Amino acid sequence: MTMAEWALLVLLGALSLASALGLLLSRNAVYAALFLVLNFSVGAVIYLLFNAPFLAVTQVAVYAGAIMVLFVFVIMLLGAERLAPAENPPGLAYQRPLAIILAVALLAVAAWALLSGAQIEPSPSVAPRPDSSPQAMGMWLFGPYLLPLQVVALLLLAAMVGALVLSRKS
Amino acid sequence: MMINSTDVVAVLPFISVALGSVGLLIADLLIPAERRHVTAWLAAALLLTAAVIALSLLGSPTFEAFGGMVISDPTAFFLDTLICTIGLVTILLTLRYNQVRGILRGEFYILLALSISGMTLVTHANNLLILLLGIELLSIPLYVLCGIARPRLESEESALKYFLTGAFASGFLVYGIALTYGASGTLSLQTAPAAPNVSGDPLLLIGIGLILVGLGFKVAAVPFHLWAPDTYEGAPTTVTAFMATATKVAGFAALLRVLHGGLPGMESTWQPLVAIIAAATMIVGNLAALAQQNLKRMLAYSSIAHAGYALVGVAAHDTTSVVFYLTGYAFTTLAAFAVITAIGSSEGEEMQFLEAYSGLGRQKPLLGAVLAIAMFSLIGIPPTVGFIGKYFVFQAAVAKGLVWLAVLGVLTSAMAAYYYLRVVMVAFIREGSAAAPLPTPSAPRNLAAAISVAAVFVLGVVPALLLSMIGNGMLSTTP
Amino acid sequence: MPALLEITLKSTALVFVLLTSFAYLSLVERKFIARLQARIGPNRAGPFGLLQPVADGLKLIFKESITPAQVDKPMYFLAPVLVVVPSLILFAVIPVGKGPLFQLASDLNVGALYVVAVMGIAVYGITLAGWSSNNKYAVLAGLRASAQVISYELGMGFAIVAVVLMASSLSLADIVAAQYPGEYGGILGWFIFRQPVAAAIFVVAAFAETMRAPFDLVEAEQELTAGFMTEYSGMKFALFFMGEYVKMIAVSALFTTFFLGGWSGPFVNELPALSVVYFTIKVVVCLLAFIWVRASLPRVRYDKLMGMGWKVLLPISIENVLATALLIALGVPGFK
Repeated sequence: MTMAEWALLVLLGALSLASALGLLLSRNAVYAALFLVLNFSVGAVIYLLFNAPFLAVTQVAVYAGAIMVLFVFVIMLLGAERLAPAENPPGLAYQRPLAIILAVALLAVAAWALLSGAQIEPSPSVAPRPDSSPQAMGMWLFGPYLLPLQVVALLLLAAMVGALVLSRKS
Repeated sequence: MMINSTDVVAVLPFISVALGSVGLLIADLLIPAERRHVTAWLAAALLLTAAVIALSLLGSPTFEAFGGMVISDPTAFFLDTLICTIGLVTILLTLRYNQVRGILRGEFYILLALSISGMTLVTHANNLLILLLGIELLSIPLYVLCGIARPRLESEESALKYFLTGAFASGFLVYGIALTYGASGTLSLQTAPAAPNVSGDPLLLIGIGLILVGLGFKVAAVPFHLWAPDTYEGAPTTVTAFMATATKVAGFAALLRVLHGGLPGMESTWQPLVAIIAAATMIVGNLAALAQQNLKRMLAYSSIAHAGYALVGVAAHDTTSVVFYLTGYAFTTLAAFAVITAIGSSEGEEMQFLEAYSGLGRQKPLLGAVLAIAMFSLIGIPPTVGFIGKYFVFQAAVAKGLVWLAVLGVLTSAMAAYYYLRVVMVAFIREGSAAAPLPTPSAPRNLAAAISVAAVFVLGVVPALLLSMIGNGMLSTTP
Repeated sequence: MPALLEITLKSTALVFVLLTSFAYLSLVERKFIARLQARIGPNRAGPFGLLQPVADGLKLIFKESITPAQVDKPMYFLAPVLVVVPSLILFAVIPVGKGPLFQLASDLNVGALYVVAVMGIAVYGITLAGWSSNNKYAVLAGLRASAQVISYELGMGFAIVAVVLMASSLSLADIVAAQYPGEYGGILGWFIFRQPVAAAIFVVAAFAETMRAPFDLVEAEQELTAGFMTEYSGMKFALFFMGEYVKMIAVSALFTTFFLGGWSGPFVNELPALSVVYFTIKVVVCLLAFIWVRASLPRVRYDKLMGMGWKVLLPISIENVLATALLIALGVPGFK
């Protein structure tokens, strides 16, 4: 990677983190959803940076373009965009500090692992970056990953049946 | 890649259940609404077929298929058989229970079959991707099944709690898989730690740790068990019975695939972790069960405690004992739930509290006997299967030098006797007007209870029957 | 960096051309509809009314820019931008002529997918405009817009999949090439003849995507006053107007590329500049068809619109993809 690409990656990483924080801290559901869209879009640009345009465009089409539009649609339909101010239910006041401590601990361990492992470059056993053209992706999906692909199809069918069961008037 | 017959045979139980559930979806369209039990019987036939297929494949040698994505060994096919049988027994329980409560819907059986298809995939997972997909495929229909008694509030609560914690657990699982992939560059369970400079990589350790957290949620091991009591209590009892047995088996199948079937050479890393979780699970599950007045909640905590015993076998790296224990636990629990589904008014109100069972043993001696047998087996009193199962896992632990874990197991079992025996005492000794008007008897339910009780005794007396079927446990295919 | 300079120059030129065409498209629409309705149309500003767009633009610029008090300000200002930008960036992958001079990124190997993705995010602008206006008509229009676009995106996506199957490439340059020379020769190579069902689905979905009559439920004035634009005025209103027309041009250009052979035509090999002329002619014909339909057809009822999207268009488009795949697998002539 060139220096410029590194700089761009760091910038995108920061943007990705910022949008994720925005999603968490926003008290307006529409804004939260849009921060998530931003997060997905930044992810797509990161994929582009790693020379995976297919993944990038799919990310935008599926997540930003389809799923999040539905999210925004439902939020607006319910008129539920204003969230109540954050407050812990009585008796659970200890949860927030505890959650923060645990999260920091997990982050610290992860950071320690990354730094002490010192394996920023992938080990030689890792296959070289695979061809990410649509043709190659197709060959992957219908070749070695045929079984997972079919299972995903079944999973979506299950989710669809489930959604109908839960939403249909009985 | 062309699929050859080996690939198909390797996951034949999965393929038959998956295709069958799609067929069921279409068939259900053609069945008139007032004849929904036809769908149930079709689902039962499907699961019976799948169970027979899996049983007939028990003798085949160990082999990988789909480019190493899945693996087939006797243990996997045995677990397939077990899961399909549990599904079959569950369907027998649902016929009357669901009809009374107005949830005898075609979708119930379609979702049940889809969930089972996910379980029969997990048992064969040799790749983290397949593991994840299988677990999702078994979970998503279950989230819906828990809430299928909508608009009953407790059913909705159960579904929501299960869904939120389950989705959270899946998040851990995915992160763990991502880190494992990042550390090793492969999703295969066989080669992940074998990559050079990787087996001690902290990234890999964190990845495996997070995977264990995710799977810990699925089997309701302490401290990831908090969803279980509320979910088990609120869900329709037939769904609870299925979750407490089949899901538990599938969750352990996933654990066994990751720890026993995969990750060669990392036993010393995960063993202390699993041992500690097993100890915590046995202690917390049994202690919490002591205080329960609601039978469904008590069985929820009991299922947590039994996950602890099975984890002892996992920690001892003895696949056979774990599978045997789970088999015994599943049939015992099914027998207990058969009684709970039988008790209740015809309006669909359930009698969950212990008082409702007072005098049951005198008024309905057979039901009372089934309940008592189930409780004895859960305690682990010979000649029930509960005893042999515990014997095997504790023996395995001692053989591996985990004596403290075995001692802890025996002590907590003694403690458990208190709350299990209390149920028997209430049913047989206490005076009372048992369980309000009982619904009309149901032959399928009686059959289910008979199958379960028979399994409890047969396996308790002739455990060798089962041991020969399970095989020698999972062996890594790569040397 | 000459590459960067080249891209910048091309993009600037493209945006300039598009904005000019937008301005004159509005004039053409008014005059054409007037003729169809036996009127004359604007003819006062300049010869034949040619300066009318300039007059409109000046008027909008000097309008007072009103920001209603109850709006959600950041989104209120962002929404018009989100309407215009997706329509403009669609052109990045459309080859407007033969040779690299007239192409920006049309050799992108995921071009068709890019089109679907950009179409997908285009709905945010309208939805947010409706929501941020904090006006019930605007919100209703925003909801209608998102529901409508989601419903028709699927049909359009599958129509594009059929085209992609025919061309065995996601690149728009390859899709044009697959229609151009070859053994089928001439005009019969166009996908409108080899994929008529996909073309028909694309046309219907295009009307819904651009929210033009007969699918302009979003701006149904009898029910929703001015729809999501109710609270907008001045240049912000002009941006919505621009977004709608540029999207119309973009969809016409896409239809030309996918089904009408793109820039292809006689003598393009000898005189490449001719290809841009062919492309422009085809796009203009599509645009006139758009306007003609608006003048001829009444507005569809909203539930009919949604029902048609999900129950008619989507199943037909999936079956078309399956049939196409089957024909290609069998090697039927015309489906390589």
